[in-house]
Amino acid sequence: MDESVLTDHPRRVTPRRRGGWGKRLAPYLLSLPAGLWLVLLFIVPLAVMLVQSLETCSPATGLCTMTWSWGELPHQVNLYHQQFITSLLFAAAATVIDLVIAFPIAYWIAFYGGHRKNFFLIMLLVPFFVSFVIRTIVWEFILSNNGIVLTFLTRNHLVPSGFHVLGTSYAVVAGLAYNYLPFTALPLYVAIERIDRRVLDAAHDLYANRTSAFRRVILPLAMPGIFAAFLLTFIPAFGDYLNQEILGGVSNTMIGTVIQNSFLVNFDYAGGASLSVVLLAVSLLGIWLYARLLGTSTINEYL
Amino acid sequence: MSVQDRTDTAATSRPERPARRRRKLGRFVLPTYSWLVIAYLVFPIALMIIYSFNRVVGGLQQVSFSWNGFTTQWYRQWSNVPGLTSSFWLSIRLALVSTLIATVLGTLLAIALVRYRSNKFRGKVAVEQVLFLNIAAPEIVMGASLLGLFVTFNVARGFLTLVLAHVMFSIAYVTVTVRARLSGFDRSLEEAAYDLGANPLTTFRLVTLPLIMPGVLAGALMAFALSIDDFVTSNFVSGTAPPFPVWVYGATRVGIPPQVFVFGTFIFMVGIAFAVMSIVLSRKKS
Repeated sequence: MDESVLTDHPRRVTPRRRGGWGKRLAPYLLSLPAGLWLVLLFIVPLAVMLVQSLETCSPATGLCTMTWSWGELPHQVNLYHQQFITSLLFAAAATVIDLVIAFPIAYWIAFYGGHRKNFFLIMLLVPFFVSFVIRTIVWEFILSNNGIVLTFLTRNHLVPSGFHVLGTSYAVVAGLAYNYLPFTALPLYVAIERIDRRVLDAAHDLYANRTSAFRRVILPLAMPGIFAAFLLTFIPAFGDYLNQEILGGVSNTMIGTVIQNSFLVNFDYAGGASLSVVLLAVSLLGIWLYARLLGTSTINEYL
Repeated sequence: MSVQDRTDTAATSRPERPARRRRKLGRFVLPTYSWLVIAYLVFPIALMIIYSFNRVVGGLQQVSFSWNGFTTQWYRQWSNVPGLTSSFWLSIRLALVSTLIATVLGTLLAIALVRYRSNKFRGKVAVEQVLFLNIAAPEIVMGASLLGLFVTFNVARGFLTLVLAHVMFSIAYVTVTVRARLSGFDRSLEEAAYDLGANPLTTFRLVTLPLIMPGVLAGALMAFALSIDDFVTSNFVSGTAPPFPVWVYGATRVGIPPQVFVFGTFIFMVGIAFAVMSIVLSRKKS
């Protein structure tokens, strides 16, 4: 925080002018390679996708022709609105669960972590050192009918014998919640760590009890972190399909699966592109809301 | 200092009950809870490591989660599954190449963003918004749109498209990481180098680069981690030779060879080693 303020200050030493053009072009030359890469492989593809959503593909030949029809968008939404709703619900559930699980631990590491803060942060990040796909596969084994959890539960008659988790919505939400928990915990930690302990002491001096101190001091000050956590958890979970494909069943398909199948199985590029456009639009709405509330530069601080 | 003193005296006179309750929460409830969460996070990983030593009964060499006895067979035969081994090496090559490119490009961009304010660098705001969008956009949309691009322009999918994609999603993370470390950079050191007659290139090599190196390394580690673990984008843009996560995903349909857990354990150990190293290094410095 202090550092960024420093750079915004007028320089103590005024730099000498060296070379007119070179100096003036420098920022553009420095940002040209990365900028070009991002424009050609991030912005242009999105534009291509938008154009593709206006095409019509023949399912028989797999050939797509430009028809400039906006019909594909409502058509696809009509077909797959259930999957969109499922994705929204799963992502929302996973995000809320993660916020509830992560808040106390982020609070504890920030306020009581002491010199072991780094150790605990690494522990939070531990899942990232194992492949996303492998993590999800292990969860499949954990939740499977003869897996560790269910064997234990059924053997002790805690659940009826026919009980199963794998294939249900609960399994998918559990997988999403596990996989994205670090994305929730880290921004929360960053936000809580910044809270001045003296503000909290002041609240207690002014006879705030624990609940009201939490509600009126900690929570408002942690709000940027909560928003960042929301962005970094909800958006990826919304577009996720691996958890659903491995842990879910046929009845709880998420929109990511549909998009993947459109592109990679059915070669219906127009349909897939339309769904992607809708997915992006919904995500952008969330991102835009975030940017309005906190500004785009804040993301830097929470990564 | 005076503010600090005042709050300290105030703190001693504050009512006792809430303070004691808070301490209890910090001493007992929160640590227990936190360790439980950590156990929850570590549990699947521990399971993966344990079951990489699991014997397999029956003809098919596939992981199963009934314990059949300890064996180091899969570590001795780590390279016995040809598709898996080649996908692993492909992932390593891919991560190295894309990390190198993304680190150079991302660092240059970070320098431009830190050095120049928007009156000297028109379009700075636009660049920042693109970076933000790149990080926040759902990965499946980026992957799908890249596939659309490659198909539209008839680019054959393979190592090249993978590198193009991986650099694309790594640049923003590198830039953000490097920029965070760069913002405390003391420009007067560079001014001193110029005063001593160094040209811009020499100054960059001998003054700027060594100073920003920790940030650059952090960015590179980030890019490497993102690349080696990427599944969603890679699944769209890889051709017949899939990288490691995509291969494992494909294997979930036919059965996962135990060697997958051996590679998983190996990647985990390397990652932990790097993390511990970075902690030790940062502690040494402070």
